[in-house]
Amino acid sequence: MNLKLKIWRQNGANDAGKMVDYSISNVSPDMSFLEMLDVLNEQIINEGGEPVAFDHDCREGICGMCSLFINGEAHGPDRGITTCQLHMRKFKDGDTIYIEPFRAKAFPVIKDLVVDRGAFDRIQHQGGFISVNTSGNTQDANSLPISKHAADEAMDAATCIGCGACVATCKNSSAMLFVGAKVSQYALLPQGQVEAADRVRNMVAQMDAEGFGNCTNTGACEVECPKGISLDNIARMNRELFKTMI
Amino acid sequence: MALDSKVPKGPIADKWTNYKNHIDLVNPANKRNIDVIVVGTGLAGGSAAATLAELGYNVKAFAYQDSPRRAHSIAAQGGINAAKNYQGDGDSTYRLFYDTVKGGDYRAREANVYRLAEVSANIIDQCVAQGVPFARDYGGLLDNRSFGGVLVSRTFYAKGQTGQQLLLGAYSAMNRQIGRGKIQMYNRHEMMDVVLVDGKARGIITRNLVTGEIERHSAHAVVIATGGYGNVFFLSTNAMGSNVSASWKIHKKGAYFANPCYTQIHPTCIPVSGDHQSKLTLMSESLRNDGRIWVPAKLEDAQAIREGKKKPTDLSEEERDYYLERRYPAFGNLVPRDVASRAAKERCDAGFGVNATGEAVYLDFADAIKRYGREQALIHGDHNPSAEKVDKLGKEVVKAKYGNLFQMYDKIVDEDPYNTPMMIYPAVHYTMGGTWVDYNLMTTIPGCYCIGEANFSDHGANRLGASALMQGLADGYFVLPYTIGDYLSKDIRTGKISTDLPEFEEAEKSVKEQINFFVNNNGSKSVDHFHKRLGKIMWDKVGMARNAKGLTEAMTEIKALREEFWKDVKVPGSADTYNEELAKAGRVADFLELGELFAKDALVREESCGGHFREESAETEGPQEGEAKRDDVNFAFVSAWEYKGEPADAVLHKEQLEFNDIELKTRSYK
Repeated sequence: MNLKLKIWRQNGANDAGKMVDYSISNVSPDMSFLEMLDVLNEQIINEGGEPVAFDHDCREGICGMCSLFINGEAHGPDRGITTCQLHMRKFKDGDTIYIEPFRAKAFPVIKDLVVDRGAFDRIQHQGGFISVNTSGNTQDANSLPISKHAADEAMDAATCIGCGACVATCKNSSAMLFVGAKVSQYALLPQGQVEAADRVRNMVAQMDAEGFGNCTNTGACEVECPKGISLDNIARMNRELFKTMI
Repeated sequence: MALDSKVPKGPIADKWTNYKNHIDLVNPANKRNIDVIVVGTGLAGGSAAATLAELGYNVKAFAYQDSPRRAHSIAAQGGINAAKNYQGDGDSTYRLFYDTVKGGDYRAREANVYRLAEVSANIIDQCVAQGVPFARDYGGLLDNRSFGGVLVSRTFYAKGQTGQQLLLGAYSAMNRQIGRGKIQMYNRHEMMDVVLVDGKARGIITRNLVTGEIERHSAHAVVIATGGYGNVFFLSTNAMGSNVSASWKIHKKGAYFANPCYTQIHPTCIPVSGDHQSKLTLMSESLRNDGRIWVPAKLEDAQAIREGKKKPTDLSEEERDYYLERRYPAFGNLVPRDVASRAAKERCDAGFGVNATGEAVYLDFADAIKRYGREQALIHGDHNPSAEKVDKLGKEVVKAKYGNLFQMYDKIVDEDPYNTPMMIYPAVHYTMGGTWVDYNLMTTIPGCYCIGEANFSDHGANRLGASALMQGLADGYFVLPYTIGDYLSKDIRTGKISTDLPEFEEAEKSVKEQINFFVNNNGSKSVDHFHKRLGKIMWDKVGMARNAKGLTEAMTEIKALREEFWKDVKVPGSADTYNEELAKAGRVADFLELGELFAKDALVREESCGGHFREESAETEGPQEGEAKRDDVNFAFVSAWEYKGEPADAVLHKEQLEFNDIELKTRSYK
């Protein structure tokens, strides 16, 4: 396949940035989207230019490092996947593809398509954990049975990879799906309930401080989430928060 | 220097307890005056950083990713072993110890492995307390499954995302300590060198990957937890950024590098599809619980399939060769990884491969779907279900167990594995070699520790499934926090280490020189160009099977490639910005040295064991004919290499392995 690419180039957070045109030929349908960018970068380097910076690491859809807004969609035109799992067979010969960073006030651009998602970490520092010593002197894991249903639901919430697609795709740049997933995981398990009230209050406060927007129930986050994290988690987070106000 | 493993005296079952009872402790007030650097924040580094901070030390943690949550531990799928015997199937600390030593082909250190088995049960308790959502059965208790090389169900799992959940558990423990200010987290930082003062590790030089700034960080001890070096093969299941650099830098400063040639080739990976490929994807070994591995029994069928004239589903049961079940009836599809990988290669080399390149075998779920479907129909009270109903119910069960893996396969290969067998082939996965450490997990540099996949100690020549996660967390949560205290107890009067010392200045200078070299070299070939060529030499001559001729050639070729790299590498961009090519250049420079030492180690080891198969050393007769032949008389040692400049000049030190509790015998899975 031969493709035209329009890629966002930006030298740093304070640079204006602009779309730059590239063309690439002999793209195999079996390539992943990131492998296509590898080939493009090799081409740019050979021509004496600076390669396009983009985030990626495991390339198995689990580390949550890859991002990219492709033709106006987080992780591109397919459901339930990350960008590294997107393959070129989803595109046609002659297509023009727009590639942009995940844009949100709380995710400043570092370079080109790389953004700083540190805001997610800072939210977690404020309560995304269970306060237990890591000494190993804990009770036997089977001494507190957990219903399969609760464990499965907690697992579904915990599946979040923290990629930020929910924020990037939300018209309000809301991080509520991400925070909701973390709050839910712990709220569903007995171990997490002891400090549930402080956790949700602190995490929501940090989320607001980071400049993320509010949720208006558009549901785009759930649609674009590579791991199918459900909107139910946002509802559960709100319930947990309301409980602290009673 | 004579290698002293510092294994405590006494019966194996009491060693760790006695050790803990007799080491020196640091009082809590003094811990506040002691700094520890942890490089790498995956399962081992993350759990170590959290625990050291909790104990009261000041921890500085470094990761090249933007967050500890991205560490490659996250990609581990299948599960974590622990000798809990919840299933009542005969598991015990001793049996986990035995399976690990045997699975590692008797090339691991007994005392370390016993300790690992001993603390394994604590890991599960700890993780559950942290909110890790392990799979549960309907009674609310933890569920288990079985992995290759063992006869009990001791693997705890969280769907096919166990590594992710365990890492997020360690990450959450870190977050708690970051929030309290006990861990200072440096994301997007790469360790460039270790700094030695009076022979002790006292700090590191880092590069801020965003700004390019070179920084000095001091501490009373340095912990390396940077994972494995499988990316020396270019194509592997490792994350793109996984590298050897931190281990290699400490090696160059005096840490011995042990068993570099022990590489695990994982049998169930998605086959290579073309030259553009950047990495290989692993499918969890847990699939072998239900999938049956086969190739066509007749060469002409294999050829017809390769040419697209026949489909796998066209072949009847008799026309298939379930070669693992045929060769290893006791373990069948659940033989250890090294055995399964070699058997797949053997069949493909013989012409029975099933994809276009002839390098793939089938992993078939049709039988499992039928078996589960019939069982589900019975549970639903249907004693005479239709074939369609069985198929539907069976697929639902398989989906519940392996859904995410099937989806992953479908996305990459564009084929639905529910209806046609998966194609799999072995790929480079985990490296059992690494920095040499003693029982305290300290390297040959005083004050420099190495934990998790980055060290060599627990897996021998082959790692059993679901034991990598176990080692990472055991080292980080439960072993290092004790052993490092014994060392640091002598440092309570040292006070803050200054970063103005000449040793820091010198290390920083050499780091800057290398960076300046790269950005000014103006060569003609990209970093990846050299990395791919290195990978090809490694796979062709130092891969799944090795011989003396190939290894000797590999050493010469890698040396020549390294010389070419330093003359002709092209690194675009500048040193003081975000520059991924520059970061890669430094990593590939180190791979180009490690690769040669790797081949040299394989050349010296004239025996076959675990992940190291020397073609010259195979059984020629008897029930083990064709299997790997170990040589315990001459090779029951750890090879620990001392740096002397060129990798070819490295000096071999041997740590003789002692087996007092397990008898060395031929590893048979028949």
